Amino acid sequence: MSLFDEGYKSLQERLHNKDLSVTDLVKEAYAQIQAQDEHIQAFLTLNEEDALETAKDLDNERGQAPEALFGLPIGIKDNIVTKGLRTTCASKFLENFIPLHDATVVDRIKKQKGVIIGKLNMDEFAMGSSNENSGFQVTRNPWDLERVPGGSSGGSAAAVASGMVPFALGSDTGGSIRQPAAFCGVVGMKPTYGRVSRFGLVAFASSLDQIGPFTRTVEDNAHLLTAISGLDAYDSTSADIDVPDFTKALTGEVKGLKIAVPKEYLGEGISEGVKEAVKKALSTLESLGAVVEEVSLPHSKYALATYYLLASSEASANLARFDGVRYGVRAEAENLLDMYKKSRSQGFGPEVKRRIMLGTFALSSGYYDAYYKKAQKVRTLIKRDFEKVFEKYDVVIGPTTPTTAFKIGEKMDDPLTMYANDILTIPVNLAGVPAISVPCGLSDGLPVGLQIIGKPFAEETVYRTAHAYEQAANLNLRPNLEGVGRA
Amino acid sequence: MNFETIIGLEVHVELKTKSKIFCGCSTEFGAPPNTHTCPICLGHPGVLPVLNKEAVEFAMRAAMALNCEIATDTKFDRKNYFYPDNPKAYQISQYDQPIGRNGYIEIEVGGKKKRIGITRLHLEEDAGKLTHVEDGSLVDFNRVGTPLIEIVSEPDIRTPEEAYAYLEKLKAIMQYTGVSDCKMEEGSLRCDANLSLRPYGQEEFGTKTELKNLNSFSFVQKGLEYEQERQARVLLSGGIIQQETRRFDEATKTTILMRVKEGSEDYRYFPEPDLVKLHIDDAWKEKVRVQIPELPDARKARYINELGLPAYDADVLTQVKAMADFFEATIAAGADAKQASNWLMGEVNGYLNAENLDITDIPMTPEALAKLIALIEKGTISSKIAKKVFKELMKNGGDPEQIVKEKGLVQISDEGALREIILPILDANEQSIIDYKNGKDRALGFLVGEVMKKTRGQANPPMVNKIILEEIAKR
Repeated sequence: MSLFDEGYKSLQERLHNKDLSVTDLVKEAYAQIQAQDEHIQAFLTLNEEDALETAKDLDNERGQAPEALFGLPIGIKDNIVTKGLRTTCASKFLENFIPLHDATVVDRIKKQKGVIIGKLNMDEFAMGSSNENSGFQVTRNPWDLERVPGGSSGGSAAAVASGMVPFALGSDTGGSIRQPAAFCGVVGMKPTYGRVSRFGLVAFASSLDQIGPFTRTVEDNAHLLTAISGLDAYDSTSADIDVPDFTKALTGEVKGLKIAVPKEYLGEGISEGVKEAVKKALSTLESLGAVVEEVSLPHSKYALATYYLLASSEASANLARFDGVRYGVRAEAENLLDMYKKSRSQGFGPEVKRRIMLGTFALSSGYYDAYYKKAQKVRTLIKRDFEKVFEKYDVVIGPTTPTTAFKIGEKMDDPLTMYANDILTIPVNLAGVPAISVPCGLSDGLPVGLQIIGKPFAEETVYRTAHAYEQAANLNLRPNLEGVGRA
Repeated sequence: MNFETIIGLEVHVELKTKSKIFCGCSTEFGAPPNTHTCPICLGHPGVLPVLNKEAVEFAMRAAMALNCEIATDTKFDRKNYFYPDNPKAYQISQYDQPIGRNGYIEIEVGGKKKRIGITRLHLEEDAGKLTHVEDGSLVDFNRVGTPLIEIVSEPDIRTPEEAYAYLEKLKAIMQYTGVSDCKMEEGSLRCDANLSLRPYGQEEFGTKTELKNLNSFSFVQKGLEYEQERQARVLLSGGIIQQETRRFDEATKTTILMRVKEGSEDYRYFPEPDLVKLHIDDAWKEKVRVQIPELPDARKARYINELGLPAYDADVLTQVKAMADFFEATIAAGADAKQASNWLMGEVNGYLNAENLDITDIPMTPEALAKLIALIEKGTISSKIAKKVFKELMKNGGDPEQIVKEKGLVQISDEGALREIILPILDANEQSIIDYKNGKDRALGFLVGEVMKKTRGQANPPMVNKIILEEIAKR
């Protein structure tokens, strides 16, 4: 039994009753990391000294501090900048990069007295679905160390699933929160585009990226999202929309809720085990009084191609700043052009290079209309698919991923098969709507994720549905961690 | 020469907003390198731009003053290119939806008025500044992110002289609207010029060359003159003009090949996803429109029609807004318009040119100039003394009456006192009196001069004249 098997409410109650200290919590995190991370490989950088010092300060404030995240240990995906704490994006290019400022989400966590435990592994610059594209290490799935944790926020998912931290932040551009959450059996939320400030999130695809929380439970997730959401003067794309306390939406009540199940989401390419778990979850929701109906999202089949054109195009510009002039890798070279070429060749891994080339091509004169512009039009169609369904339904539900976690190395030689893994999550980013992945059972011993998609800024409905299901199903999935030396 | 010259100008003007276009850093010129920077303008990982509304309003104001249509829906785009002065490796600019379109500037060359069309005016961010040293290059990012407007003219300009007039007028308009200082030496106004030739009567344009490194308006004119000749020479000898970029060389006043353009560069423009679309509604446009002050042409007309100034005076005075403002303040302080104009166009401009100063750099106030003019009119000082007082005002400022008093420069208009000075001079110069009586008018001038010498210029000249004539008549 780890301290982190308790939810935030219980932990904070115990902190304020002085039954528990922040130092205890922070030490627990590092003890778990010490015991497990050798096997899991989730953390890239630890913030131990600073975290223990913060904990000590916070311990004197126990019983009086009302801050939402008081004393809670939180892991941060390594593409979210942390002042003075190395931020690499799991890229060799930024191996020694120390940011000068905090991301808005990190600033909010600190202001609300959360404790940053360390930085979590990912696919380089968030490009990938398995964490195998990390420039440093391959994070393992706590359910089976031979398998990937998913990606790109694989470190965040694995760290929460194995109980090294109770909370983590990830980022989701095409499924990078929800897919690893599904693979690792935890709750992962991609909020509406604009709900959470992107300031300080190292951009992959600016029009798709969103930061979101990983937790064990829906309630904890809603709590963390409440704390990091809201308008930010530093992000023009952040929405000026009130942030409710999302935990207040967790009523357990879904009677009359109208659920749409896209037939495209349970069709070809979806494994039987996944289908079965999802159908069971839908039955559970029906038994709670929800209405489930099949619908169609006809443009879903174009989502993958659309996504890889748009995301790569934006990435090709976003990653151009890594030129070796001011920070990061600087290769020795004869002239400027050579310096650019060598620095970027040395600093970036193969998947990043592939996407930069793809995006550069798609934006090139003569190809722009056929690729980038056309993809933008299809994006609008995909968005309309959702708008149409949401005219009649409250949420859209399906699986998060076509399969459960695959084996390390299994898909590395075939990028297209790897990309296909995100086929169910990508449309959500293109539409800009919120979606959560919540565990809905096991298939051959591996977790399956249920994806619940909501209307723009209807995170409350998404959470309410996820929570009602979670409570009714009462699965409490935990990986068997004996083999990985859990403390 | 049998060719018609076609010139188009591309002018970049830095907007003098308090802070940069996408972050809060100061835009002040001349700070130590890299001190006006932050992670945002340095393009650090994770940062995002936030549009400075003031920059948008300045661009709108400039576009309105150039008679442009103002876009209602516009956006920003990324222009991708690698260069060390461009920290994000893309410049945030406006590609297909500029803030302003279809404007014009009216110029006057050789007494003829002409309209030069403005294709577009768009808002973008400036780059940093590179300095090349022996063992490498240094980059200063103070300038990166300074808001910039790019103003592209139609190919309506036909002579280098028109190009000069266009730039003068553009600069005046920018200064009048208060959006920029337009100091070429500080880089707040930069100009690239395109020139091509075509046989008279031909409709399609010839191949153009682009001129860079044009660091003053007169260099623009000289560079275009040289390029016009060079192209004609090439064409007349049966050669072909290549599409190329040429550098103006200040020492030789010629243009030198920099690089040949092979196709158009591919900047892979696409909409900037970090900024939301910009909607400019009518109320906002109106709010900005009312901020536009009287522009040079309107002021010039007013000086001619209401103040009765000659067109030439009105033109010179309105070229620089600060000069026109000084002029108006001088007449507001009571000076006669023509007198004030004479002083400003003559003595003041002469002094500024000689000392290489701006009207804003001098300690003399318009009130002081008005007083100086009044002192002359009242006869308190002679115009000769006035020039002395003027020099003092230009150097150290102060009150002309005070200066006249302190330095004992008051004009001697006391007839008795003057006669006492004049009589001995006449006695000493009998030959001059004889000469004068014999019809040599110059002799009178000599005598007056002697009196002025004696009084160190303080004698009232008409009075001196009068007394000398009286005394000569007596002899």
